[in-house]
Amino acid sequence: MTKLNTLFIGLSAGMLAVAPWIINAAPYESTMGLVQKVFYFHFPSAILFLVAASICGVSSGLFLFFKKPKADGWALAAAELGLVFGAVTLVTGPLWARKAWGVWWVWDPRLTSSLLLWMIFSAYLLLRKYGGPGSDKLGAGMALFGMINVPFIYVSVNVWRTLHPQTSVVPTLPTDMGIPLWFCFAAFTMLFVTLLNLRARLEHQRARVEALYLAEDEA
Amino acid sequence: MRFCRVFVFLVAGAAAAPALMIAAQPPPQSEFVPVDEVPPGEQIPAINLVATAYGFVWVVVLGYVWSIARRLQRVEAELADLESRRK
Amino acid sequence: MGSFFRVAWHVMRKDLTVEVRSKEVLLTTLFFAVSVVLVFSFAIVREGRAPDDVAAGILWVAVSFSGTLAMGRTFERERYNDTLRALLLAPTDRPAIYTGKLLGLLILLALVEMVLVPLVGLLFTAPILAYPGRLAALLALGTLGFAAVGTLFAAMLVRVRSRDTLLPVLLYPVTIPVMIAGVRGTAALFQAVPDEAMAQFWIGLLVFWDAIFVTLALWTFEPVMTE
Repeated sequence: MTKLNTLFIGLSAGMLAVAPWIINAAPYESTMGLVQKVFYFHFPSAILFLVAASICGVSSGLFLFFKKPKADGWALAAAELGLVFGAVTLVTGPLWARKAWGVWWVWDPRLTSSLLLWMIFSAYLLLRKYGGPGSDKLGAGMALFGMINVPFIYVSVNVWRTLHPQTSVVPTLPTDMGIPLWFCFAAFTMLFVTLLNLRARLEHQRARVEALYLAEDEA
Repeated sequence: MRFCRVFVFLVAGAAAAPALMIAAQPPPQSEFVPVDEVPPGEQIPAINLVATAYGFVWVVVLGYVWSIARRLQRVEAELADLESRRK
Repeated sequence: MGSFFRVAWHVMRKDLTVEVRSKEVLLTTLFFAVSVVLVFSFAIVREGRAPDDVAAGILWVAVSFSGTLAMGRTFERERYNDTLRALLLAPTDRPAIYTGKLLGLLILLALVEMVLVPLVGLLFTAPILAYPGRLAALLALGTLGFAAVGTLFAAMLVRVRSRDTLLPVLLYPVTIPVMIAGVRGTAALFQAVPDEAMAQFWIGLLVFWDAIFVTLALWTFEPVMTE
């Protein structure tokens, strides 16, 4: 890990550590009360989950159609981060729902499609892990199919009747709630970018190791 | 390419389909309204859920950072080893 | 355009000729589909009666399970004889080959569904003849969406290790939107008071997903199958 990456991880960890005090200062939501504070973690991780899916899809497209070998490493990194941030989204969501809706889970379009996207990236990573040679291209094709779910998930709450709050919640957020939200969002984004960078580097270094072994075999 | 026309036809189909998806629906919550006080008797169970969510974020982030650091260290050690052997 | 469909037609006819001679995939898929229906019957029937509104779900589960089997088998044959390479070496549009493969699979699955639908109607007293056009549209569009992705993935998996386990692992999450639309649309037609508008809505959604899946599959088949 480079010094810069360590610094960014430390900084975002520090921001996450002080986040409870900033979130505590925010007002309570009128109908959901205290449990609505899960929102400050749920929203950033959900957005970054969708961002990760898009990065994975776009890099896969670059790899597949424009033959950029490095793009494959970025796609794999994004898929893994999608799995991590998706897990945070899918765990914090039900914790919030338990109190706000009275149930852990409902099969509404937003929840179902988020779970689906998470399953697609789990399948993608299973393929990359156990597929062996040739799985990189197949994975890229799979990631493109995964990415088309992203806009669908984003608008699903506005199209269908559902319990999940709409996307208009965020732009209409009062300042008292907006400050902690964007604070958390900044911490999560910094973490995301750093981890994505490190994970992609891991993949690129792996490719170098493989190339060196190949060169050694030939020599 | 020859399937361009098929492609255009399919895209037109995709564009037309959402027109069939409009249905009268009651509006879900569209904004959060802030209040200063929590209704009494609400705090005890909710705080556990919020704390669990916060704890989960920490567990996942720390676990993942540790996992990346470990894997990266191993690969970079291998790389350094290979490169020193080449010289 | 002419040669695109001619190539697709030849690939499809080749597959179907092989299939007519051996009937291997058709018979095994059909038997598997019937077994799936029976397994589900035993799982949910209580005191000799099936609960209401399960026919649509069972029908689609049977279609998707047996469809996966058929996809795996058609490409297994290509791999075994190493004919996929020969097929891909042919100086034609790759998407045309894909289209031919897809059409062959669709005809096969249509034959399976022709047995499956009456069977489900009979065993679960589903009104399959109430809206034959709508039901046929749902089945055709749902199968198309499922098979479009399935053909692409199965073709790509030919070169990959542990392909038999990976096909369903990759295919089901991606095609679940199509499955949901198929099941909900069919259930709307099968319920006590059929809801035509609802079925129409899901048919529209199926058209939407099919267009996306087929376009994306035609698009990715070429680079993915290039070594």
